[in-house]
Amino acid sequence: MQRFHFSRKQLCIPYGLFLALFVVIPMLLILFYAFTKETDGNLSFSFSNFIGFFTSRAKLSTLLMSITIAIISTALCLLIAYPIAYILARSSFRKKNVLLMIFILPMWINFVLRITALRELLDLIGLLESQNYLNTLIGMVYDFLPFMILPLYTTLEKIDKSYLEAAADLGGNKFTVFTKVTFPLSMPGVISGITMVFMPSMTNYVVSDTLSNFNITILGKLIDEYFTTYDNWHMGSMISIILLLIIFLTMLATGGFKDNEKEARGTNLW
Amino acid sequence: MAELKKEEKIIEIVNVSKIFDETAAVQDISFYVRKGEFITFLGPSGCGKTTTLRMIAGFDIPTSGKILLGGKDITNLPPNRRPVNTVFQRYALFPHYNIYDNIAFGLKLKKIPVTYRNDKDETYTKMQKLTRKEIDEKVRAALAVVDLEGFEKRSVSTLSGGQQQRVAIARAIVNEPEILLLDEPLGALDLKMRKEMQIELKEMHRKLGITFIYVTHDQEEALTMSDTIVVMKDGRIQQIGTPTSIYNEPANAFVADFIGDSNILNGTMVAKYTVRFCNKNFKCVDDYEKNEKVDVVVRPEDIVMTDPDKGMLKGRVVSVVFKGVHYEITAMVGRSEMVIQSTQSRNVGDIIGMDIEPDNIHIMKKEFTVNQYDGYITKKNTVVFGDGEFDCDVTTLYPGSHLDEEGYLITADGEKIDLTDVDVTVEVGLEDIEISDNADEGGARGHIVQLIYKGDHYQYIVRTEENEEDYVFDIPDLWNENDYVSIKIKPENIHMRLKQEIK
Amino acid sequence: MVKKILSVAICAIVLLFVYAPILLLVVYSFDSSKIINIHEFSFSFELYKQLFRDQKIMQILFNTVWLAFAAAGLSTILGTAGAIGIFYSRKRVAKPLNAVSQIPVINAEIVTAISLALLFSMVALYRTYFSLIVGHMVLCTPFVVLSVLPKLKQMDSNTYEAALDLGASPAQALFKVVIPQIFSGILAGFMLSVTLSLDDYIITAFTKPKTFDTISTYVYNAVKNGTNSSTPALRALSALIFVVMIVILLVINLRARKPANKGA
Repeated sequence: MQRFHFSRKQLCIPYGLFLALFVVIPMLLILFYAFTKETDGNLSFSFSNFIGFFTSRAKLSTLLMSITIAIISTALCLLIAYPIAYILARSSFRKKNVLLMIFILPMWINFVLRITALRELLDLIGLLESQNYLNTLIGMVYDFLPFMILPLYTTLEKIDKSYLEAAADLGGNKFTVFTKVTFPLSMPGVISGITMVFMPSMTNYVVSDTLSNFNITILGKLIDEYFTTYDNWHMGSMISIILLLIIFLTMLATGGFKDNEKEARGTNLW
Repeated sequence: MAELKKEEKIIEIVNVSKIFDETAAVQDISFYVRKGEFITFLGPSGCGKTTTLRMIAGFDIPTSGKILLGGKDITNLPPNRRPVNTVFQRYALFPHYNIYDNIAFGLKLKKIPVTYRNDKDETYTKMQKLTRKEIDEKVRAALAVVDLEGFEKRSVSTLSGGQQQRVAIARAIVNEPEILLLDEPLGALDLKMRKEMQIELKEMHRKLGITFIYVTHDQEEALTMSDTIVVMKDGRIQQIGTPTSIYNEPANAFVADFIGDSNILNGTMVAKYTVRFCNKNFKCVDDYEKNEKVDVVVRPEDIVMTDPDKGMLKGRVVSVVFKGVHYEITAMVGRSEMVIQSTQSRNVGDIIGMDIEPDNIHIMKKEFTVNQYDGYITKKNTVVFGDGEFDCDVTTLYPGSHLDEEGYLITADGEKIDLTDVDVTVEVGLEDIEISDNADEGGARGHIVQLIYKGDHYQYIVRTEENEEDYVFDIPDLWNENDYVSIKIKPENIHMRLKQEIK
Repeated sequence: MVKKILSVAICAIVLLFVYAPILLLVVYSFDSSKIINIHEFSFSFELYKQLFRDQKIMQILFNTVWLAFAAAGLSTILGTAGAIGIFYSRKRVAKPLNAVSQIPVINAEIVTAISLALLFSMVALYRTYFSLIVGHMVLCTPFVVLSVLPKLKQMDSNTYEAALDLGASPAQALFKVVIPQIFSGILAGFMLSVTLSLDDYIITAFTKPKTFDTISTYVYNAVKNGTNSSTPALRALSALIFVVMIVILLVINLRARKPANKGA
């Protein structure tokens, strides 16, 4: 008897265990490593990584530059993606979805290959050797543009046309209709797009490495280096904690703690 | 109806309660269902009728109590092992199967005992699935019962609501259950369709001869279709009876109000077979203790309009609505509203007389917990009720409000309201009334008409002279019957509610 | 009219930006010179011949594909069961599960990667096939849950009870009635998992056995070590993957997009 009432619920036990083992415990380990140091094989509680990070000019400038790159890439993505999403959503073309598909299709293709292809193109037009920052920005925009277009399109498409007609009926010209009605109503898409682009542009070091010939170090790369090159897992964990803090703060600032994530990743496209 | 006489209990519910997250959906209900009858649970949403049905089906397990099927305890038996099938409110047809596969679903899972004889002439029984042919036949027969022959290959989404409903019924009855449970099965259909299906379901019940347990919030549906109606409210059974008995002899004011239209009035028994309401004494057929507080129920069709001076009651017509077969006339008798159904019309403003036959005055005992009055606010922000005038705190009508210097009420939003002559309902608890022999001290005056010793206190009834309003209260001190006293109530103990929002 | 021309122009420019690198690679995969030179082009299938003869690249291609399908398959089973469990659980179980489930989705991949590295190094499973598969499952499973949950919510919850009512056991009801109704969500979750796994670099880099490579790690390391120009066959590999993926995606989307799952 007991089986009938519990069997469906019990199905979440394996997943719950999986999450506990491979998500919760690992995250706690990061916290643990971040606030400990190793001296002669003994672990001890320590703020030295925390202090070490904020007293290191190099690390702070990496942090600052990562944030700058992320802000600029996000802004560029938004500037390019908004008109595209707007045009697609407003298009009278019957198969709008196919048009959208053409724009976001590259996001399903291995990004390392796409970035390497971009590298070839930049090499061909002579940017690769000199323009590390520009190339990195181009790469970030190239890689993350679909993640901005998709949520914007989804929200713009959903806006009830009668709002726009009502606004026009009440005397709004095209510009005011856009600024007072369309844009505010598309804010959820904007926020979702920002959260999808901002964080990866701070951390996806494959893009910056490939396009700057390993000359630009962003925050994600710094973590990677502390793990693979310097073999200082404690500092690597501390930088991760700082990164998590930044993610948390941006989510808080944009109110992105909603389940718009899956839309942005395009679960609905398959 | 032949089956009814056997009095065979097919389902028996014994002291069943169901608690969800600390709220009781069903509280200690007991009843039984006779084999072959059409029984309906009737009540407003949230009354526990669907929960009761789900416990019979096995989807919910009672928190306490027992469910017996043919005398066997099935309280904890899972739904797939009960000889009971359900027709769901929103049909719950399987969208990924066609009509045939939907109906055959139960049949394909079913195993029946088949007896074989081996070489040595010994017999043995094996549990076997139904053959393809047997399933085909049964599905076709079930489709014929619901008038959907030839629909086998159609997909669920191509059917109308009514057709889906029929498939849901076919899917349930094809398994030949002992009991068919129907959870508001007609709720999603339009009115015309619903009427047709009511007749068809009743006909199906007659033909199949199995027990139907039906859940609805529609009193007309219940009255039309059922052999027995169980009226529920707040998880408790209010009344069990045939449609006629429930309509004609409602057990309490709730049932009277829920089944059909009715006027429900506060009354008091003043003598044997005499009840007083609307300031008049009426002969009646129910006998209760003298001075008992009662609910008086009068059906609108039982009020006969007369000339103004001939009727027992006199009132002024405030609205007349034509309802097709009859007019619905609303008249004010004092401060009470009376709804009358009549084939004759009257004009708004007419003064009419009303007569009620003693047979048509239904009296129900009232659990008396609080004094209730109709009242209104005066210019001085006092309240008039029960033939008296009392000081009160009008700011309690609007949370967060206060009075300005001129005595106007300022709401929390800063709105200014004039409360003069606003109608309110007033409640005063039995412990909140004091009396004094100084006639000027209280807000109302009257004689003590009754006192009952209740162990550690006395319960008194003081009746005013003018309109014979009663004050019921509990105090420890002893007074004498017929003492003339004044009623004192502290302003904070006068609980008021607006009768309607004022702008 | 002006507006229309402007719209078309904007779209064209962005599309050019998106597809130029891909087009460049596809075109020059038919030119066997080591470095792409815009002034020289001689058509040949040389790179493709090299590609299919290159045992190592073929092995890597195979690795990438089996990893993606294994991780996606396991994630789909775990995630579907998880979603059903969460859906039927009480709030105080479902809420924390949902919240924790969001962590790998929101988190930076590098943080997920190093957190797993810390865990597996503690239990001596660092850089094994186990850590690799688990790493990819951490990446994919939450997305399976996110794809399946909405389908469960759309489902008429009474259908499960109807199945029990008609005599099905809980397991039969689950497989005959619930799973078929949420199947589109399960399939979407599986496909999404395959693409996420194929696309991944960072988690793979931190969890893979030393000698194991996927396309991502191989190409990244080739760029890092400056050996990518010495293996022009990679150009053919990229071109091939681009074309195959684009064709698959277009076919699926042009064929299967019925109005029913449009807004899903």
